[in-house]
Amino acid sequence: MTAPANDPATDTTAPAPMVEVRGVHKVFGRGHDAVHVLKGIDLDVARGSVTVVLGPSGSGKSTLLRCVNELEEITAGAIHVDGDLMGYRRDAKGVLHRLHPKVIAEQRSRIGMVFQRFHLFPHKTALENVMEAPVQVRGLSKADARRRALELLERVGLSDRVEHYPAQLSGGQQQRVAIARALAMDPELMLFDEPTSALDPELVGEVLAVMQDLARSGMTMIVVTHEIGFAREVADHVVFMDDGVIVEEGRPGDVLDNPAEPRLRDFLAHVL
Amino acid sequence: MTDQLPEPLHARPVPRPGRWVSAVVVLVLVAMAVNALVTNPNFRWDTVWLYLRDVVVVRGVAWTLVLTFGSMAIAIVLAVLLAVMRRSDNPVMRAVSWFWIWFFRGTPIYTQLVFWGLLSVLYPRLSLGVPFGPEFWTFTTQDVITAFWAALLGLALNESAYLAEIVRAGLSSVDPGQAEAAKALGMKDGKILRRIVLPQAMRVIVPPTGNETISMLKTTSLVLAVPFTLELTYATNAIGNRTFQPIPLLIVAALWYLLITSLLMVGQHYLERYYGRGFDGGRTGRGGRGPRGGRRRPRKQDLIGASGTTKDDPFLEVTP
Repeated sequence: MTAPANDPATDTTAPAPMVEVRGVHKVFGRGHDAVHVLKGIDLDVARGSVTVVLGPSGSGKSTLLRCVNELEEITAGAIHVDGDLMGYRRDAKGVLHRLHPKVIAEQRSRIGMVFQRFHLFPHKTALENVMEAPVQVRGLSKADARRRALELLERVGLSDRVEHYPAQLSGGQQQRVAIARALAMDPELMLFDEPTSALDPELVGEVLAVMQDLARSGMTMIVVTHEIGFAREVADHVVFMDDGVIVEEGRPGDVLDNPAEPRLRDFLAHVL
Repeated sequence: MTDQLPEPLHARPVPRPGRWVSAVVVLVLVAMAVNALVTNPNFRWDTVWLYLRDVVVVRGVAWTLVLTFGSMAIAIVLAVLLAVMRRSDNPVMRAVSWFWIWFFRGTPIYTQLVFWGLLSVLYPRLSLGVPFGPEFWTFTTQDVITAFWAALLGLALNESAYLAEIVRAGLSSVDPGQAEAAKALGMKDGKILRRIVLPQAMRVIVPPTGNETISMLKTTSLVLAVPFTLELTYATNAIGNRTFQPIPLLIVAALWYLLITSLLMVGQHYLERYYGRGFDGGRTGRGGRGPRGGRRRPRKQDLIGASGTTKDDPFLEVTP
């Protein structure tokens, strides 16, 4: 279902993808200092699928991810998540309007994000970290949020760490709390921005296991990572980016074992 | 413990005669100072003790406390507002905040207090209305801006400029990733500031603010410029001048200031501990909120951390 031959615009039998990225450009800065980071990205992410984005540093992977949930404003193009245009509204006459920050916040709340450096709230316990958004954004009662947070912390294997502050947890534990925190908002899409890159090697496995479990449960995921093994095992679709464009994409078996592009071959030789 | 601990080394310490000599010299100097304080009858310690509990003096202490805490409370609210304005996208807000801080830090507090005292001369009547247009509400300045309010506002406005810079430093000290993570969860800017950024900034804001509070305690003695004459320094000075015993009454004032400062330091300690929760590795800020059942981290790891030989930042750029 992720074969690139199916153009979702013409193929009416395929369900609408969860994420539709069309002609997205991102330019940082202006004038002489301008840096063209994304140079026309097109990408579909099917519902319930896992897309792994590979690429060397500075290829624009993280920027693409941050554009999907509006942490960065795109310079050109359009991103739809679950059919909603992100960050903008087109009126009846076709004029584009920037959405009010309140509405953008609401759009973001339906997309979970996990960061390379966890970004847990250090002044709150693991439990309070997970409860924060449901209570403050969704208006859930503290008791309900607490019950749900305990469930999620159990799911990521941290039932015995709920009262710990982030500084008292290992990197792998912190990242698992961060995943639980994102899941607490019942997202329809999860974004992972190099979730294991800041971890000691022996802690990578526990985080990947939680992600694999999440993928099996049918969550739609976009994962930026250097873990080729994870891509091979879990991904439905692998995208290789370099210098702001998608160089090659397809099934993990095809892309990882028979890379067509010399740049991808070169990259895989370095990472593996 | 099953582990067999080794016998520690027994070695003679390095002789340090300098320590003994310096300690003796300092102790002799201290003894001389105490002697000078206690044996000199001109200090009139009996008068000090008498006026320490005088009703006018105690009332002065009360007014000093009201001025200190009142002006700090107003200043903190203004300072957070100014710091947020300073970081705003709106250039008008940034400019106003910059000007406020420039003006109130750039003129002496004494001058500002005299000015507030003279406000009723400058503007005998104050009114609320459209600039250059109609007035809706008018009052006589002297009725509303009494000496007390002039003193309180004068101290508060001056202090807000200093505190604004402290708050700004605190806000900038918080990792931008924190606001980003909160944003990604769908929190709005106001909530991110209140629930995520400010509580973490407090760790940086509290110590210098405690310092400012202690400084403010003594700055209140300048409100005689307004003139407001009920606070501690003016009250004790007046008694001293009247009874021709200025030195004992200066000591009375000094003892009261020292006592209040000591109490403020205790309060600051607890505030710092509260806002430091989650940042100091093992210890938790609020009692009983830590995990049940003892240690949260292996003791070994704590000791390795305490040795200071490991990198503090676990987030150093990793290139896989």
